[in-house]
Amino acid sequence: MTAAVFFGCAFIAFGPALALYIFTIATEPLRVIFLIIGAFFWLVSLLFSSLFWFMARTITDNKDGPIQKYLLILGVLVSVLIQEMFRFVYYKLLKKASEGLKTINPDETAPSMRLLAYVSGLGFGIMSGVFAFVNTLSDSLGPGTVGIHGDSPQFFLNSAFMTLVIILLHVFWGIIFFDGCEKKKWSSLLVVLLTHLLVSALTFISPHYGINLVSTYLIMVLMGIWAFFVAGGSCRSLKLCLLCQDKDFLLFNQRSR
Amino acid sequence: MEAGIQQRPGLVLSPRCPVAQPRGPLGGVMGRAGLPGKLAGTARSARRCQKLFQALLPPWLPGAAAGRTLRLGQHRGAGGASQGRAMLTFMASDSEEEVCDERTSLMSAESPPPRCCQEARQGLEDRESAAQWFQNTRARHRRAHHGGVPWPSPSGFPQRSQDSEEDLDEDADRYMCSGVPGQPSGLEEELTLKYGAKHVIMLFVPVTLCMVVVVATIKSVRFYTEKNGQLPYGAGREQSLQPAISLSIYTPFTEDTPSVGQRLLNSVLNTLIMISVIVAMTIFLVVLYKYRCYKFIHGWLIMSSLMLLFLFTYIYLGEVLKTYNVAMDYPTLFLTVWNFGAVGMVCIHWKGPLVLQQAYLIMISALMALVFIKYLPEWSAWVILGAISVYDLVAVLCPKGPLRMLVETAQERNEPIFPALIYSSAMVWTVGMAKLDPSSQGALQLPYDPEMEDSYDSFGEPSYPEVFEPPLPGYPGDELEEEEERGVKLGLGDFIFYSVLVGKAAATGSGDWNTTLACFVAILIGLCLTLLLLAVFKKALPALPISITFGLIFYFSTDNLVRPFMDTLASHQLYI
Repeated sequence: MTAAVFFGCAFIAFGPALALYIFTIATEPLRVIFLIIGAFFWLVSLLFSSLFWFMARTITDNKDGPIQKYLLILGVLVSVLIQEMFRFVYYKLLKKASEGLKTINPDETAPSMRLLAYVSGLGFGIMSGVFAFVNTLSDSLGPGTVGIHGDSPQFFLNSAFMTLVIILLHVFWGIIFFDGCEKKKWSSLLVVLLTHLLVSALTFISPHYGINLVSTYLIMVLMGIWAFFVAGGSCRSLKLCLLCQDKDFLLFNQRSR
Repeated sequence: MEAGIQQRPGLVLSPRCPVAQPRGPLGGVMGRAGLPGKLAGTARSARRCQKLFQALLPPWLPGAAAGRTLRLGQHRGAGGASQGRAMLTFMASDSEEEVCDERTSLMSAESPPPRCCQEARQGLEDRESAAQWFQNTRARHRRAHHGGVPWPSPSGFPQRSQDSEEDLDEDADRYMCSGVPGQPSGLEEELTLKYGAKHVIMLFVPVTLCMVVVVATIKSVRFYTEKNGQLPYGAGREQSLQPAISLSIYTPFTEDTPSVGQRLLNSVLNTLIMISVIVAMTIFLVVLYKYRCYKFIHGWLIMSSLMLLFLFTYIYLGEVLKTYNVAMDYPTLFLTVWNFGAVGMVCIHWKGPLVLQQAYLIMISALMALVFIKYLPEWSAWVILGAISVYDLVAVLCPKGPLRMLVETAQERNEPIFPALIYSSAMVWTVGMAKLDPSSQGALQLPYDPEMEDSYDSFGEPSYPEVFEPPLPGYPGDELEEEEERGVKLGLGDFIFYSVLVGKAAATGSGDWNTTLACFVAILIGLCLTLLLLAVFKKALPALPISITFGLIFYFSTDNLVRPFMDTLASHQLYI
């Protein structure tokens, strides 16, 4: 507990997202705006999911027992559905906005749909991660002993890693999702939805962190590879990038400096 | 005096600013911690954004283009004011004011501390009515540079003064001025959009900073969440009780009642009292302005900023030191507070580096918001927030609204209204033909400059220099004086009420951060939407309603619906 755990877990969970934000988003005002709008859409989807869960709970009159657990599971699954639905709504909105931007500025390089996919995924991810983890983080700042009642002592670490993987997954899902919408490949959308459901469902076995985390990271890696290829990457470009031989990229960096 | 040089950082000066204009001593009577401001967009940026917006909206939405044309026509009729209300206003008048006499920069009237009840109320009223004016002027220079069409509309600047008066009147604090874009069409659109997004970010940053300060203080310093200033130490008791007493005059109905209905009734009554005081103050201010009691308002503004910068800073510092158990002797304390306050007065009311002025304005807004959070009763605060948004909407959009009347009066007199506290992030480059000196980049340089430069370069304007002219008294306003003004100004009242909402979300609730974050995002989105609407409708719009509505909706729904859900998920370690 206290500061060490707080900073450690905070940077584990939000470090990569912060880096992505600082290096890719913070420089362009339009991207920041789209990021915040994406976060807002996720928030609205969460609102609807909570409303659903709340109504379901009220209908069952808050009885304790296994029904609450089932309601929670149902709530989680419905929440995933609503999130993907809002991702679709956001895609539609961005599509209209892009068209609007294009008519206004034919010369202007309006953000491409791929970029917006990335930005929206990051927006969803950041908001999702923050909402999931920030209360836990603020508790970790205070005194205490973790796992004193027999729970796992790695509670904070597990939560941090889980938050990280959720953020990255949202980024990849965003890219794949938007690409599927653009190319009308509905199978992509379905896969995104199914993997999201799978990841959430895996957390139901929560005390067994090992399986949970490892499989989620595996899914994240797979999604990452798929998103990389969907976004236009290739093995060749990856090689060029890693060996610093990518002339376009180097030239671009030079110019913008 | 100088015809249009940026007299002080943050001010957008108009080169054509009529020097002969009588200098209104009260720049922004309304400039108190501003309440809702008017949004104004530039002609072209509005057109662009309008197109964009119309692409998104169903066709039955009123044609903003027509409205805009109408507004331009009106302004032309009204004495050459071309660019519609979007023009300047606040800043212009400010600049004009500055042009006339730098020392009259009483503009930044501080939002009055609760102690100065009268002032506070007045300030509140003023603020409320205003809308944000989005300022975005393009350099005429562009056109000259490109040998393009001469600027068709009369320079926006004289109108700016009118507009600015209008705006200033209406809403000293809350506005964003937009200048007239004077560029060849090719560049405009892109630049407009870029500026549009950039201006939104230029507002996001200070609003976020203010909220961060308020939330950080609320979460760490217990004083601001305790009720009625119960201090364990005797020293600050009187001071902390005074604002309580002052504010309790406005909220006399206690909320310590057993029944929910009674409590609700009491808070509604408190709100009615507060709002009627605000309305009365606004009308009083209109009357004062109508009868030219400038000195009175001037003095009042100075008094309130003194109060805020010295007394409230002293209390705040005292509380922070107590929280962290740091000892500070009185001489050091005196020195610190004196320096802070004196530099603040100079920066806000006279001249100073732009960044410093912005920082002071943010700090003042945060202090004021903290005072509100502490001394307004729980439920009353929420009802007051809602009521003020409604009042803002009414005061700005209704023809008989006090703020509107104030603006019209100022417009008739062709006087610059004294700009009170307005946060300005103006980046002003005055590029005279004879002063192409790219090396003279001074303190006005803002971090976005390289980007601006790039954007200009990309338009094949390699020779456009980014010139940051230091304030030069006596710089003549050439014909070719091209001025690039890109500034966004937001009234402090907006800052204050946004921060009050977020601060209350952080203060109440069981240490829940989700609610605070949800309110924060909601307010930012409201601000975005308001700016978009501004660009579409091209007339003064109140800035508070949308953000506060979103904020309130998200506060109550997150606190009651989302929090239990997320807590349950977190306790079972489920992730959605």
